[in-house]
Amino acid sequence: MSEATRGRRRSPRDLVGGTPAETWSLRFDGRELPAQTGQSIAAVLWSAGILAWRTTRDTAAPRGAFCGIGSCYDCLVTVNGRPNQRACLVPARPGDHVTTQEGTGHDDLAV
Amino acid sequence: MTTSPSDSPSAAADLAVVGAGPAGLAAAVTAAGLGLRVILLDAGERPGGQYYRHPAPGLGAARPEALHHGWSAFASREAALRAHASAGRITYLPYHHVWTVIPDPDGAAWTLHAVAGADEAPATVRARAVLLATGAYERQLPFPGWTLPGVVGAGGAQAMLKGGLVLPGSRVVVAGSGPLLLAVAGSLASAGARVPVVVEAAAYSGYAHHVPALLRNPGKLAEGATYGGALLRHGVRLLTRHAVTEAHGTDRVEAVTVARLDRDWRPVPGTARRIPCDAVAVGHGLVPQLELATGLGCATRPSPDATVALELDAEQRTSVPGVWSAGETGGIGGAQLALAEGEIAAHSVAGRPVPARLVRTRTRLRAFAAAMAGAHRPGSGWTGWLREDTDVCRCEEVPAGRIREAVEDLGARDARTVKLLTRAGMGWCQGRMCGPAVAALAGTDPAPDRRPLSCPVPLRHLAELPAELP
Repeated sequence: MSEATRGRRRSPRDLVGGTPAETWSLRFDGRELPAQTGQSIAAVLWSAGILAWRTTRDTAAPRGAFCGIGSCYDCLVTVNGRPNQRACLVPARPGDHVTTQEGTGHDDLAV
Repeated sequence: MTTSPSDSPSAAADLAVVGAGPAGLAAAVTAAGLGLRVILLDAGERPGGQYYRHPAPGLGAARPEALHHGWSAFASREAALRAHASAGRITYLPYHHVWTVIPDPDGAAWTLHAVAGADEAPATVRARAVLLATGAYERQLPFPGWTLPGVVGAGGAQAMLKGGLVLPGSRVVVAGSGPLLLAVAGSLASAGARVPVVVEAAAYSGYAHHVPALLRNPGKLAEGATYGGALLRHGVRLLTRHAVTEAHGTDRVEAVTVARLDRDWRPVPGTARRIPCDAVAVGHGLVPQLELATGLGCATRPSPDATVALELDAEQRTSVPGVWSAGETGGIGGAQLALAEGEIAAHSVAGRPVPARLVRTRTRLRAFAAAMAGAHRPGSGWTGWLREDTDVCRCEEVPAGRIREAVEDLGARDARTVKLLTRAGMGWCQGRMCGPAVAALAGTDPAPDRRPLSCPVPLRHLAELPAELP
């Protein structure tokens, strides 16, 4: 079957017959992203096509979710000013402000 | 606190189960059915573990089974969990990450310490027996470009799809080794991603050495055929004896290089070709998650897939009296085996005879697991696709060149010494991602998981521990 005959490709939501209970906005670095209750912060970011929300402390390389289950800690993010939260585990909540995390995540502690 | 019985530490349950995946869930409901008072602790928000991970109710999935194989086995046990919980036979504590288990001095009971919820509140439970059903995480072998955004774990892509209904990209190459890749490729394609190719490093002919184990598992062959059919339907090619040897891109992955491998997984010169994609889902099998077990002193054994698993007896007992384990901790074997082992362990803890049906199921599926483990064991030549500047340790950004220097010039002979010399494995993940790769570069087999804490724990919780730890 070719791409042309397949028509519009379906989405994960189509596959499981998903009807989200509610949609609201998650603030990420000042942007408003559509979020649904029950999604992790990483899932909200992936939905918006955002794959990186952290930079490493040595080379400032971009990183995002890798293992998806809380083992690798690559998806660390700052949530409401609290750094080093695993975006793949933390549920997105209305009113959250998520910000890109740079370096160690403890820059605010530097003296 | 309502979620934790820590206010009454003297009231020990009969059994604490750590992990609500297939093994732990089956064990908890079976034990409760046999009359035990059970506490079930799980790091996740919903029961099911990684295998039966499913969207939160708020996402309104009418057909969660569309992303699963054998969903009814989960649904029936989840219903039993709800019934036992409302009857007070099971205390179910989701979002509780157990970080240590401490025996009473007289050995009659155990205290389990957990961090609960996003606020990392301390929680403590006590039980007379412990069942560790902590599952596994994915084994990763690094390659140039594997730290680029868009390169994600194959299991990670599956977890994000099952739990959050999201995809890492629209054109996803699936690569690595093991039967999970077929399931992942099938799920991604069903959910709307284009999957141009599954790149499998092993040769499936490796299974041919285990024909009796295959013939005794027609269900597993049918499962394989289901995945194969799904791949065909979605136009997914399966390339065996090939590997992704490099991911290309600047801010995110834009293409991969795929090369043919020889029998030892060494890339064959002149066979490289480039395949465009915007995501790569990669994994090389699973690693049993053992830190709680090794922290208690449970004996381990090498597994045919070059991982370390727990040494367990016929009733799922570890070498430590009072501690049982079931599922992937005893060697990677899949959800059906985990369900059977959880039920066996529950019977054993309850002092009941183990039903012969369960023993037969375990024997049959363990034989299949051994065939699978041998077929997908990484060949030693995979290190041939590393460049000197390829980060092996993602957390501490330690490149292969520094690890080779530690081994070749500074005399490191194991992963521990490499860690001391280079910081590889000293970062956030504590070597979960780079451990197998560092061990291979040091020329040794991986050592068992040994981490004093199985997850980050606020210092204030440590300060509250009793002073006289064993």
